[in-house]
Amino acid sequence: MAGFSVTRRRGILAGAVTLLSGQRAGAQEDAPPWMRQQGSPVTSPPYGVPSKFEQNVIRRARVAVKFPSASSSGTPLQDLHGIITPNGLHYERHHAGVPGVDPAEHRLLIHGLVDRPLIFTIDDILRFPSVSQIHFLECSGNTPEFRDPKPDWTPQDTHGLLSCCEWTGVPLSTLLAEVGVQPSARWVLAEGADAAAMSRSVPIEKAWDDAIVAYAQNGERLRPEQGYPLRLFLPGFEGNMSIKWLRRLKLGDQPFQTREETSKYTDLMPDGKARQFTFIMEAKSVITRPAGGQQLRDPGFHEITGLAWSGRGRIRRVEVSTDGGTSWRTASLQEPVLPKCLTRFRLPWTWDGGPAALRSRAIDDTGYVQPPREALVDVRGINSGYHFNAQQTWQVAQGGAVSNAV
Amino acid sequence: MRFDRLVLAAAAVMAIVPANAEPRHYTFGHTPTEAEIAAENIDVRADGKGLPPGQGSVTQGRDILAQTCAPCHGDKGQGLLSDRLVGGFGTLKDHNPVRTVGSYWPYATTLFDYVRRAMPFNAPQSLTDDQVYAVSAYVLSLNGILPDDAVLNAANLPKIAMPNRNGFISPDPRPDVR
Repeated sequence: MAGFSVTRRRGILAGAVTLLSGQRAGAQEDAPPWMRQQGSPVTSPPYGVPSKFEQNVIRRARVAVKFPSASSSGTPLQDLHGIITPNGLHYERHHAGVPGVDPAEHRLLIHGLVDRPLIFTIDDILRFPSVSQIHFLECSGNTPEFRDPKPDWTPQDTHGLLSCCEWTGVPLSTLLAEVGVQPSARWVLAEGADAAAMSRSVPIEKAWDDAIVAYAQNGERLRPEQGYPLRLFLPGFEGNMSIKWLRRLKLGDQPFQTREETSKYTDLMPDGKARQFTFIMEAKSVITRPAGGQQLRDPGFHEITGLAWSGRGRIRRVEVSTDGGTSWRTASLQEPVLPKCLTRFRLPWTWDGGPAALRSRAIDDTGYVQPPREALVDVRGINSGYHFNAQQTWQVAQGGAVSNAV
Repeated sequence: MRFDRLVLAAAAVMAIVPANAEPRHYTFGHTPTEAEIAAENIDVRADGKGLPPGQGSVTQGRDILAQTCAPCHGDKGQGLLSDRLVGGFGTLKDHNPVRTVGSYWPYATTLFDYVRRAMPFNAPQSLTDDQVYAVSAYVLSLNGILPDDAVLNAANLPKIAMPNRNGFISPDPRPDVR
């Protein structure tokens, strides 16, 4: 109120000055400064950036990193709206940093058990008929809650290795038809042009189904962090298989048993055996508001909103509990509801000011229900490391502080 | 008559590739030369396919590891900044399992493939094939999988029986949680 009265007095003073000088007073002396002068010119900057007031909406690493080039950073899910992840906020997981690949020098080689091995420039790839598909990408190490989850974790910490973009490129099936796949080919080795020469074996069925050799995301060419100038994209599969900076595809009659499908990205079970080739990201959801790290200011209406997704297909339903899973209500789903894509859900909620436990569970169109943590750990133990897709609970304390329920 | 033949010829072409349809094959890209394939064809499979000529001994590997790998992995592969490479046998059911080349990796070929493509971390693809054989031999000897006088090559590397060779399950048993 003090500020207001000062402004009023200044206005009166300014009015007096203009009256004395014989000019008519401005009608909106109280208008904010950005209404009383011209704004910045066009193309300042030529490539637009977020408002200076949104500087807190950034990717973050969850833990201090020993090897910054072989690490990850999470998408700030709690600050985003709808289902699309802006390109600058797409999560990162690199095994040897982001290479500065020159597109003029980059090539894609397809060889092995094929009739006609071929090598393509980026210009060659751009000439093929293209497709655009909106899909989520999730790291299989997302949600590190098998062990030692922390109460201060936000959605960015728990679920931030998750993003969703429109990906444009050539269907891999088109390129496979070009080279002529031999009947004995069962697996495709995909290899990147980074300093890890990151490599994974992809089953031939997936290669023919919905795999894309992508060169664009959300309308522009890939960001360097997402594989510029060319990446593989495997909808619904664990993120590391969508090899970035793709330089080579080799058809073979058996998996290639790379380090990233033996030593890493295998799921150790309680009996000491490890599951190998666990590709699919199962149905999962997370409430992004209200969520860990946030503060509810006043009792009354609060919209509960979040994201649901399944590597097997579409989200059929999302249910939300405000009492930690005792009772459930069905959330509304925002269109479009696409297969292997983030789906935005919402539920109106009136907070009474007391404690609450906010939890969601996703059901996909196979009928699979996202399990509670106890059920998941009961089957898989705590050494699996990857593919944690259990229900997430946020604890609202008396007074409105929200934390990760651990 | 000449006109009719032209029309017939055009119709025949259009029957093969109508203007609004996708051709059976595009003409983009070119056939790679042997050299172009060889420059990128670095993968080594579990059956040894892809292993290059050359050899390396445990003794040679000890020196290479001390010079290039020890800062991150320790001079005995015990792990420092980065992964432990040695030991952990019998721990895979434990509360804190120790997953190393010896206790966890199912194939020795994967060790060769990974070192050749991605190590050392500060200078990937800088080791010669002989050096990769040697450092692989030393890491396997530290795990008690090879004797101290072993020399690795393309013939004997794929025959190494890794302790956890049968420790992996596929296909994927999920959905497994109800």
